[in-house]
Amino acid sequence: MTTTSSRTAIGRAFSHRLEAGSAALVPYICAGWPDADTSLEMLRAAADAGADVLELGLPFSDPLADGPVIQKATFEALEGGMTVKGALEILRRFRKDHDTPVVIFTYLNPVVHHGMDAFVAEAADAGAQGLLLTDLPAGADPALEGAAERGGLDLIRLLAPTTAPERVPEVAKGGTGFLYYISRTGVTGARTSLREALAREVEALREHVSIPIAVGFGIAEPEQAKAVARASDGVVVGSALLKAMERGGVEEGRAFLASLRQAIDQVADEE
Amino acid sequence: MNPPNPAPAAPPPNSDVVARPPDRFGAFGGRYVPETLIAALDQVEAAYAAANTDPEFTREFEALLSSYVGRPTPLFRARRLEDAVGGGPIWFKREDLNHTGAHKINNTIGQVLLARRMGKRRIIAETGAGQHGVATATACALFDLECIVYMGAEDVERQALNVFRMELLGADVRPVKSGTQTLKDATNEAIRDWVTNVDDTHYIIGSVVGPAPFPRMVRDFQSVIGREAREQILEEEGRLPAAVVACVGGGSNAMGIFHPFADDRDVRLVGVEAAGEGVESGRHSASLSAGTPGILHGALSYLLQSDDGQVAPAHSVSAGLDYPGVGPEHSFLKDSGRAHYVAVGDTEALKAFHLCAELEGIIPALETAHAVAYLLGEGRREVEAGPVVLCMSGRGDKDVAHVARVEGRGSIL
Repeated sequence: MTTTSSRTAIGRAFSHRLEAGSAALVPYICAGWPDADTSLEMLRAAADAGADVLELGLPFSDPLADGPVIQKATFEALEGGMTVKGALEILRRFRKDHDTPVVIFTYLNPVVHHGMDAFVAEAADAGAQGLLLTDLPAGADPALEGAAERGGLDLIRLLAPTTAPERVPEVAKGGTGFLYYISRTGVTGARTSLREALAREVEALREHVSIPIAVGFGIAEPEQAKAVARASDGVVVGSALLKAMERGGVEEGRAFLASLRQAIDQVADEE
Repeated sequence: MNPPNPAPAAPPPNSDVVARPPDRFGAFGGRYVPETLIAALDQVEAAYAAANTDPEFTREFEALLSSYVGRPTPLFRARRLEDAVGGGPIWFKREDLNHTGAHKINNTIGQVLLARRMGKRRIIAETGAGQHGVATATACALFDLECIVYMGAEDVERQALNVFRMELLGADVRPVKSGTQTLKDATNEAIRDWVTNVDDTHYIIGSVVGPAPFPRMVRDFQSVIGREAREQILEEEGRLPAAVVACVGGGSNAMGIFHPFADDRDVRLVGVEAAGEGVESGRHSASLSAGTPGILHGALSYLLQSDDGQVAPAHSVSAGLDYPGVGPEHSFLKDSGRAHYVAVGDTEALKAFHLCAELEGIIPALETAHAVAYLLGEGRREVEAGPVVLCMSGRGDKDVAHVARVEGRGSIL
């Protein structure tokens, strides 16, 4: 595991865990689901349970990169009246008592409709440190890609197993904070072979990536989180947290994240 | 309105590959997709570029269009409709006579040939009215490819006949119950499938929408409509038409017939959108007439959306036009003034559906009925300037049960 110092708050949050031999925990929470207050409570509980960076999902009507659990949360949040302004208000309230870095996770249209630069400025003002736009791949629109940096937010870029090796440097170049590696091989195959393949893939990326690499692949259990923590710098968890909240609200969500935190920290003892 | 930044995509740095055609039409279009799909889009782009310079690909495509699809389709003079409109001549470009009953198959044959070149054995598609789903299922049967069609649950209901046709052709039709349960959501689900199964799967998008290179590629495959029509009208009339009229949902039949006339500056190009219950009612599908630029399904184009940038549900009596977006090249043609876009409501379209059947013995698709309705209404003036070519994009057999239901004749299926 490499440690990387970074000047941004998100980079520092990763460094803190990496220097301790552990890895960062990055939960996704959907703004406005099941309602605004509960999503705020979940942000707080996640930070208290040991999350290092939080992804706050700004719901979009056509979440084409999301699976059924996040789709459902998204639609329900929108039906409940969640808006761009409402999501930033949740963040503003969170910022009053917590300093855990937050990445706004969304799609281009709500942001572009709001005005890209205006959105970045308002998000930064509300207390965001990063922006992740699932449908803005590297090179798609340099003007939009430059907006995050202009406004002082980290631009979190994604890499996929399908990303061509020759494209990796281009994607890595514009990303700041951390790099999100989407591993889709997680649900099948033996755990040991998964770990080896994932570790190999992440190591290959490090040649071009100087910031921490976090991995999301449908992590549902502490053992999987531990395997990912061994292979990378951070564990992203989304749908499984929403499912825990569906079972038992914020309390269940907190307990789930605490179990991931504990499993991830065991990696430090192994080394 | 808050227009997005129209900066065109810069070429990738250090790129030593042969310059590829631009991703955009003016500011519109682009490739706003999850990273997972970039490699697949590059692959489609490269395979299409190679196919374009391969005479064997062109020969096979044209042979199938002739012997299997039934091209060239005729240009038919609709004399009784001329009497009703009070002028003429009006010519129908008979895409309804294609195998499977619409223009959609021009594109699916082309893309299935491309999938074969790429070695992809699994095909997915989205469908609204079901015409593109049927055309995809048909091409997949012909080439022995696995075929999965995503269709909004509401459309599965409205278009039961086409669902059964797809199943007869061996396709797996998957109802999509998320969101508005129509074409937009079927497209989301097809993209999700592609993101998951990109290694062995080709996504045959059914219209001139989606990320580059789809809008350009689908337009190219559909341009056979306009090439034939241009030749045919010159032969029949000894001149170019004063106007070319086509319905626009995503806009593939319109782009297909417009494109070969694009440099004929005196030919008016008119796209007819669905005004549903009226543009002012908010229940319509008139993205170009009443939308603002936005990003959906990988491209920047005119879009129906809320004040907060959420995609607004579209409405039309016709499932094929029930889509809140539109192909990016249409957005470009609108803003550049080269094409003109109007909107016709459910009621007018239904009237035209009946009238076309009674006057010409041609039951048009409900989508196409919007274009016919335009000529019967506001578009009467088009015929004063000279001959008009109307793209009879599909036949209405698929719609008869739906129309009977809408008109209170009960269920006849």
